[in-house]
Amino acid sequence: MALSQAAGHKGADSRLKKFFPVRKGTVIPGFGLSMGVTVTMLSLIVLIPLFSVFLTLSGSTFSDFWRVVTDKQTVATYRVSLSCAAIAAVVNAFFGILLAWILTRYQFPLRRVLDGLIELPFALPTSVAGISLTTMYSDKGWIGRWFDRIGVKISYTTTGIVIAMIFIGIPFVVRSIQPVLEKLNPQYEEAALTLGASRSRIFRKVVLPEILPAALTGFGLAFARGIGEYGSVVFIAGNIPYQTQITPLIIMNKLEQFNYFAATSIALVMVVFAFLLLFGINSLQARINKIARG
Amino acid sequence: MKNKSSLWKKIAALTVALTSVLGVFTGCAGNQSSPSAGSDAESAAKPAAGTVSITNVSYDPTRELYEQYNQIFQKYWEKEKGQKVEITQSHGGSGKQARSVLEGNEADVVTLALEGDVDELQKGGLIDDGWVDEFPKSSSPYTSTIVFLVRKGNPKNIKDWDDVVKPGVEVITPDPKSSGGARWNFLAAWAYADKKFGGDEAKDKEFLKSLYSNVTVLDSGARGATTTFVENGQGDVLLAWENEAYLSKKEHPDDFEIVTPSLSILAQPSVAVVDANVKKHGTEEVAKAYLEYLYSDEAQRLEAKNFYRPSDPDILKEFGGTFNLNVKLVNIDDDFGGWNKATEKFFADGAIFDQIYKK
Repeated sequence: MALSQAAGHKGADSRLKKFFPVRKGTVIPGFGLSMGVTVTMLSLIVLIPLFSVFLTLSGSTFSDFWRVVTDKQTVATYRVSLSCAAIAAVVNAFFGILLAWILTRYQFPLRRVLDGLIELPFALPTSVAGISLTTMYSDKGWIGRWFDRIGVKISYTTTGIVIAMIFIGIPFVVRSIQPVLEKLNPQYEEAALTLGASRSRIFRKVVLPEILPAALTGFGLAFARGIGEYGSVVFIAGNIPYQTQITPLIIMNKLEQFNYFAATSIALVMVVFAFLLLFGINSLQARINKIARG
Repeated sequence: MKNKSSLWKKIAALTVALTSVLGVFTGCAGNQSSPSAGSDAESAAKPAAGTVSITNVSYDPTRELYEQYNQIFQKYWEKEKGQKVEITQSHGGSGKQARSVLEGNEADVVTLALEGDVDELQKGGLIDDGWVDEFPKSSSPYTSTIVFLVRKGNPKNIKDWDDVVKPGVEVITPDPKSSGGARWNFLAAWAYADKKFGGDEAKDKEFLKSLYSNVTVLDSGARGATTTFVENGQGDVLLAWENEAYLSKKEHPDDFEIVTPSLSILAQPSVAVVDANVKKHGTEEVAKAYLEYLYSDEAQRLEAKNFYRPSDPDILKEFGGTFNLNVKLVNIDDDFGGWNKATEKFFADGAIFDQIYKK
């Protein structure tokens, strides 16, 4: 079965191998088939829709595009989206490491419940999250009213946007770090302790280097998700131009006005942001891995 | 084994968490759910014998009205034709809804907030030219206007538009870029300013600028703005559709008051048969009747009970106790030269609305 398939796909295989060199004599059969399925699925679901963005723009000039994406109000939304997503991702990175640490290293009642709760932001419709958070954190809400007393407004400000982004981003960090921590044998830490290392030193020299690549991945994913998030943020953001308008909202606004060109142009900028971000994170990660390997 | 049990625990944990969060959410926000169309329209293509299905794509605040209207229409149609009608409702921001129809949501009829949104469907080839004259009163079976919803006792003493623009008054209104309702709000304020300053547009702009600098939350839709004001307690005054304002007051009689300004705008929501889709579904007759029946006495009274101003002047008078009939109403065609002109002048990119936010 495997043999005949390999023979049948020989031409395709050899062509593929030019681009994706496979170790000769691999014992796992079915590379051609699984690669074919993967590429088809990826194309249908990710690549083709993404390229349709470029296609929509192909009929118009670059100066039109540039005018739309550098419009003052639009630029203000980049600033809001990027800065809020960055802050949320940093908070998530710290908070996520802590959460993952607690979940893997300690036994306590309801640990499994907490573990399940981590995924809630994935499961919950984002608009539900947005409405609940807005209600909780408004100056009349259960949580927001306490902050209001010390003069801090959360809902309808950039702080609210950050909170919503933290909510939707946290699982990325926790779930990236958790498996690494689970594999990390506590014996290393114990060994370091017996050699007289301080606790903070153990964390910095033993634990952190191991989890840093995973934490970076989580950070990058949470960051990218924050930039693109619409559903939950529109409720908690005040949506005031130049202040609390996020980029996905302005894309929606352009669509509402049947301005497909402007919407797609700005969408393209978001695609580029996300790509650069993930590319940057991956390169950084590669460097760290290199250093770790020595 | 271990995996399996931990999976079950996770599911249990998730369920508990979900139900508790949902509980909080539903408790706070009331019933937000609505049947959405989309794929539902697929089933409408092949009506069973004796049953016909139509999809009505509408905008946010008409939820309650059409829930009730569908029932009386179903009764009427069964009596007339001996046929059962299934009606699928869909609600959302007016522009968004129009776009969903344009992009393939197979609506048989649209009942939208703005003439302009129906025009987009006409431009897209889904609705035949001249739809405005297909039904009486420019295809507006009911109208509404823009009023102020204020907190009980009217603590900021808001009587008219001049009070809304005073410093320190917090205003809630949706974004005219994305909400049909919000465009009426904007135009009502503009009309007031224009009359006050005798047509001096620079002063009108200043007036609108001070109005929007008082806006603390610019929701993307009318229902969202109502939730922000009513449920989340934001702002001192909500610029609202009259029907939304009355609905909120009905639900919370002790919390709110309605103030009708001296001048407002006649908001004419538009209804139309989506010609291309009804031809495909074979629902021309029932779709047309569905909209025509909106003008019947029974339906007009129902609309009035849902706080829409009925287009029949006699029935409107019957409800003189409900509606403030003294408010002076400008209208979009006579005072703004129609929606196309108004959109271009005020709401297009870089037009007046964008200018008043420019620093």
